[in-house]
Amino acid sequence: MSELKSTGPQTMDAPTPEDALHEAATLRGRDQTDASGRLVTADGKSLKSSLKRALRMQKLRALMLIAPLLIFVLVTFIAPIGSMLFRSVENEIVANTLPMTTAALKDWDGTTGDLPDEQVYQNLFFDLFIAAEAKEHTKLGSRLNYELTGVSSLFRQSGRRLDDLGEVYQDPLEDLNDAWKDGATWYDLMSGSGAGDTDLVDDQRRRYNALTQSTDRRDIGFVPSQAISQMLPRTARAYTAWATFTVYADEDVVAEEDPWEAVHAALALDLMADGTAAKIAAYSGPRADLLQEAATLEFPAADFKTGFGEIDEDWLAHVTWETIKTYSPKYTNGYFLNAVDLQKTADGFEPRPENQRIYITLFQRTLFMSLVITFSCIMLGYPVAWLLANLPARTANLLMILVLLPFWTSLLVRTSAWKVMLQQQGVINDVLVWLGLVADDGRLVMINNQFGTIVAMTHILLPFMILPMYSVMQTINPTYLRAAKSLGATNWTAFWRVYFPQSVPGIGAGSILVFILSIGYYITPEIVGGTKGVFISNRIAYHISSSLNWGLAAALGTILFLVVLLLYWAYDKIVGIDNVKLG
Amino acid sequence: MAESSGIDAFVEFERVQKSYDGETLVVKDLNLSMPKGEFLTMLGPSGSGKTTCLMMLAGFETATHGDIRLDGTSINNIPPHKRGIGMVFQNYALFPHMTIAENLSFPLEVRKIGKSDREAKVKRALDMVEMGDFGGRRPAQLSGGQQQRIALARALVFEPELVLMDEPLGALDKQLREKMQFEITDLAHRLGITVVYVTHDQTEALTMSDRVAVFNDGRIQQLAPPDLLYEEPENSFVAQFIGENNTLEGTIKEINGGLALVQLDDGELIDCTPVNVSEIGERTRVSIRPERVEFNKERMKEGAHTLKAEVLEFIYMGDIFRTRLRVAGNDDFVVKTRNAPDQVRLKPGEHVEIGWLPEDCRALDAP
Repeated sequence: MSELKSTGPQTMDAPTPEDALHEAATLRGRDQTDASGRLVTADGKSLKSSLKRALRMQKLRALMLIAPLLIFVLVTFIAPIGSMLFRSVENEIVANTLPMTTAALKDWDGTTGDLPDEQVYQNLFFDLFIAAEAKEHTKLGSRLNYELTGVSSLFRQSGRRLDDLGEVYQDPLEDLNDAWKDGATWYDLMSGSGAGDTDLVDDQRRRYNALTQSTDRRDIGFVPSQAISQMLPRTARAYTAWATFTVYADEDVVAEEDPWEAVHAALALDLMADGTAAKIAAYSGPRADLLQEAATLEFPAADFKTGFGEIDEDWLAHVTWETIKTYSPKYTNGYFLNAVDLQKTADGFEPRPENQRIYITLFQRTLFMSLVITFSCIMLGYPVAWLLANLPARTANLLMILVLLPFWTSLLVRTSAWKVMLQQQGVINDVLVWLGLVADDGRLVMINNQFGTIVAMTHILLPFMILPMYSVMQTINPTYLRAAKSLGATNWTAFWRVYFPQSVPGIGAGSILVFILSIGYYITPEIVGGTKGVFISNRIAYHISSSLNWGLAAALGTILFLVVLLLYWAYDKIVGIDNVKLG
Repeated sequence: MAESSGIDAFVEFERVQKSYDGETLVVKDLNLSMPKGEFLTMLGPSGSGKTTCLMMLAGFETATHGDIRLDGTSINNIPPHKRGIGMVFQNYALFPHMTIAENLSFPLEVRKIGKSDREAKVKRALDMVEMGDFGGRRPAQLSGGQQQRIALARALVFEPELVLMDEPLGALDKQLREKMQFEITDLAHRLGITVVYVTHDQTEALTMSDRVAVFNDGRIQQLAPPDLLYEEPENSFVAQFIGENNTLEGTIKEINGGLALVQLDDGELIDCTPVNVSEIGERTRVSIRPERVEFNKERMKEGAHTLKAEVLEFIYMGDIFRTRLRVAGNDDFVVKTRNAPDQVRLKPGEHVEIGWLPEDCRALDAP
């Protein structure tokens, strides 16, 4: 450029030096460049950015063409699948339902063999009370039941009998003064005077929303005073929780309702706590007299541990607490460990008991059977594809219709047909018995086992193998075979060294199709597989629809997905994905 | 046309017939005999049976009737891979999944030739077609001309005595085709191999071959060296098919030794050389090559027969001038003249007298 500047015509009438430069360049028949030597267009804009702009328009147009499908797939497929897969690690239910208990359990050392201390049981009482009122405790019970059998009924029973634990404290209070039976009394007392503790209200609202998976943001018409929440922390917390429920779940007014037994219990615990008596004596807010009177009461000693033990002795079992502690975190690898026949323990994981290990076997069986099915499809499909590709068009079309015929029949019908064919009183066995090849009492078992699944699935997936093979073979010029023979190759050598290698992309495409389809197949193994011939997908379906253990189903699904990706990657490395031709 | 099956015949077709559907004959009564080392071209329009003949020789088609012999032994029942005939295909048929070296090594491998021998032969064959550096490439990475050379090298690498080529230069551009024509003939003569070459391009046939067999309608119309084929066509098909040709239709009036008197359809009488006409009153087609016609009186040869003509069109083609005339009712009578300094350029509308010698004017059958 500098060379141009020094030698270029520096005419006075040139509008700008830049224009003169371009003119000079054009006159000399060179490509135009700008000051830094980049190519520019005829009107002096950077060539690169012009090209980019032109290409951007093309890309935008292409994007708009696929946009409807893209949005459809994103909304109806990818997003739900993503959220489903997320369930394989999601475990917020324990911490949402038992927030105080799980917090307290953090300090508990499960390895010593000791049970948690009284504080944990107290927290469990309040957590479970709220959960039971929201009827969420049974969900947690079901969740933990996946990890420890019996927890489900433990939670259900405990929810029913929690009131008993609270009544112990309610009765003395109400006997002392009838005013405790009146909701307004409680409301005046808790509202107190002076500044309100809005943080506590927010906390309890957050807790309610997490527990019930809602997003309620209404004002509950109650704020505990800061003085009260400092003096009677448990009571303030329990009362606020109750108030939140009263407004959000029951749609009632806080001042008009009687609080739960749990609130009474909380007050009793507060009154029994060290130093509370002195604070109450100095307190002068509304209903201070009632408090001062109650402070003199002798409550039964707080022993929730024994109380829970009486409700169900499983609460005194170490393993119950270990399970709760293990599954306290919001995210867990428990489902994945479960999916590979391991179980989570306090310090890592260990293999499951032998009689509970099924998933590794299922995964192995799924992979093995998919391979067998793929292989039999290759063996059966290759000659047919060859014939299709080499017959005259008319005959080939007829044959093609026969290949496609299964596509026009319902999958369920085809599978059921195999059931008719293969069962012990079925067509094949009848014929064998009639021919005398098999004794009547020695009929072959060909269904409800792996054999049945392999036969039926090979039949169903065969077209997926034949079609890609056919389309690849069609492109192989028959002259190659002639050339090989003219060079001295026998029919077999010509096929094996010249034809077969060129048909490998078709085999690859067919194999990927059949293998990936069969690894996730559900209906056929369900119908003809019995117990020995089912696939991992049948187990996933069971967890989705029967056991409702969606986390485990999601973990199994994720593993299956990863296995397929891994195989795809391996295939790409070994054969090369650009070697796959579908037509 | 039936050559006597002499003692030196290397390739022989004897009364060969071929039918695909049992109703029509694609090849009708083919008799052909080739000595060793000959370069024979089968030339003809598509559907004339020339490729079928080649395929029968290669063993990919079986003769419906007759005998095909190679070096004295009948090969009718020998499968193609045992015939030891090299073949170059129209689309080269290089195996796309093998490298060039592997392609060349293939015929040697199936013959169970040792590795070091194989490598030496492959290298020699590649050098022979000047493609020594391309052994590691794949066919798709080569240009059409390069693939052509490799196909040739592959057909030659196992040293066959007979090589068949099925329109091998059809896909190349004109310049490359001419270069390859020369290279193939040069190679064939150097190696002393016998070649049967199939093409529908007459220039290719004329420039390359020792003998050309012109096929039409399942028969060999004429089997002759190129010069004879061009100058002395034996029937009107050959005359029409080989080179450019002017025809005038007429009737034989007289046959007198080496001369025939033909009355053209507009009444003119001309002298011709009778070729395959024998009876007086027979319809005939008179054939005259465009370059044997003269309109310059000064150059007109002694004894030339003259006719009146009207110039219809003059085309300048560089080395030659092509003038289209109306002669004896024929509007497509073409005269070719060399572009010499003293050459006359005729203008459309001019009336001239054209003439030719009776030897250059051949009375052939009227189909």
